[in-house]
Amino acid sequence: MLGTDDGQVRAVLARILEEDRATLAREWAGQGDGDGRELLEALRNALGGTLAVSRIAEQDPAVRDALTSLSERRARAGAEPSATAMAILALKRTMLSAIERHTEDSALRYRAALLVNELLDSAGVLTFEVYSAGRERIIREQHSQVLELSTPVVRLWRHVLAVPLIGTLDSARTQVVMNNLLEAIQANEARVAIIDITGVPTVDTAVAQHLLQTVSAVRLMGAECVVSGIRPSIAQTITQLGIDLSHIVTRGSLADALATAMQLLGDGARPGAVTG
Amino acid sequence: MLPDERTVPSGEYPVRAEEDLLAARHAVRAAAVAAGFSIVDQTKIVTAASELVRNAYIHGGGGTMTVEVVRDPAGRTGLRLRVRDEGPGIADVEQAMTDGFSTGAGLGHGLGGTRRLVHDFRLDTEPGRGTTVTVVRWQS
Amino acid sequence: MNTGLPILRLGDVLLGGLLSDLDDKTALAFTDELTTRIANEGIRGVVIDISRLEIVDSFVARVLMQLAATGRLLGTRMIVAGMRPAVALTLTELGLQLTGVQTALNAEQAMELLGWRRPEEAPHAS
Repeated sequence: MLGTDDGQVRAVLARILEEDRATLAREWAGQGDGDGRELLEALRNALGGTLAVSRIAEQDPAVRDALTSLSERRARAGAEPSATAMAILALKRTMLSAIERHTEDSALRYRAALLVNELLDSAGVLTFEVYSAGRERIIREQHSQVLELSTPVVRLWRHVLAVPLIGTLDSARTQVVMNNLLEAIQANEARVAIIDITGVPTVDTAVAQHLLQTVSAVRLMGAECVVSGIRPSIAQTITQLGIDLSHIVTRGSLADALATAMQLLGDGARPGAVTG
Repeated sequence: MLPDERTVPSGEYPVRAEEDLLAARHAVRAAAVAAGFSIVDQTKIVTAASELVRNAYIHGGGGTMTVEVVRDPAGRTGLRLRVRDEGPGIADVEQAMTDGFSTGAGLGHGLGGTRRLVHDFRLDTEPGRGTTVTVVRWQS
Repeated sequence: MNTGLPILRLGDVLLGGLLSDLDDKTALAFTDELTTRIANEGIRGVVIDISRLEIVDSFVARVLMQLAATGRLLGTRMIVAGMRPAVALTLTELGLQLTGVQTALNAEQAMELLGWRRPEEAPHAS
């Protein structure tokens, strides 16, 4: 590959990109939305510069931006990553035929072809990276939206809140639950928070740990916490795992928990946590 | 796609005097706000910074803290703190990581708690050579 | 050392507040002042409003726990009020539960715990 990145070949390619830009853009069909032109112009300017060909895709700001926006747009539109890669390959073919039109000199053609390969291969890699990063971000965003949706905090009574937990309780979810609950406690001046785990299929050590953590945080805020909906099988598991929930107020059903909450409010004078 | 990293404050802060602890906290808070951290994320990283600089000040006889904005391949923003001291170093790392362990005058909570406030945690220490703790917390 | 932090006396209750830029020296001086006044003035209850504290690290947590323990020895009930949600989350993650410290949602509820009632609230209570 040494020797392909010389001034003469770069100049030829830059000229092709300048003079034939409209044709190239047209031939590079399937883009249709203007980013073709933008990328071609950025490539031409980069070839006129001093950056090594293998680094242009990664390091030239304009080329990088054009490739990024091309790839991100496709990721958002739900296109397969291969479609984005194919677009870059199509550009390669388009440029190769433009070189053929432009020069009869086969040595020059060969060197220009090598250069185009080097330039656009790294462009292909970049678009793929950007594509997967974009998808990952979308997945992360959706994940957090689902988390928000799946953990509502409801107000059961004046000063009494409840969080019905449904599904598996992992650490990310616990963070969201805790956060929503604590914010709601502050906003509603709640004195009792009920965490109902009727809909939680299994409780392992990690889940129990998360529950304990939530209860601690609620108490730090100055409210009391009641955990309800511990089914017999879960109660057994908790005992077998040797997890100590003895300093947590637990009730069988949400109704029992509400009754307990009313009692706690009735005692009135002691919503805060008294430990030790 | 990438926000301009230069707009995010970063730099090196001394941890030499007691006032520096407060200044370090402010610096981390400002960087966390600029990096778009939520209130909870801000609170966690500032608390972690507070623990680390206090350790460096009390156990390490002072040092420096650097704050850096970092980005992972998926475009997520994080803050990297590096707190370095030239103190005696930590002889028993395992013990120092235990909750509640502290060799200072009833200060510090051991590094175990701080570790839970961040996503990446690295401890480089050698007796007589000082201690460097590097932590990263990513935006959630 | 004068902390510049106001400590209000309401009957036999002291009400003090911590500010966001709490440094170690001020925290210690604040608790010293409280302890002295608890002992000298026959104080029955202490409320510390921490709603303006943006972080509570292990140092501040320890100061609060020690103050509560000292208060207990002197026959005083201490209540920490108004911890922010983010602070509560962070403290539990740190592994600190403020053992021995009583908490309340805000200063008002803390005062209620110590037996103070808002007049208009009294008929509705319980």
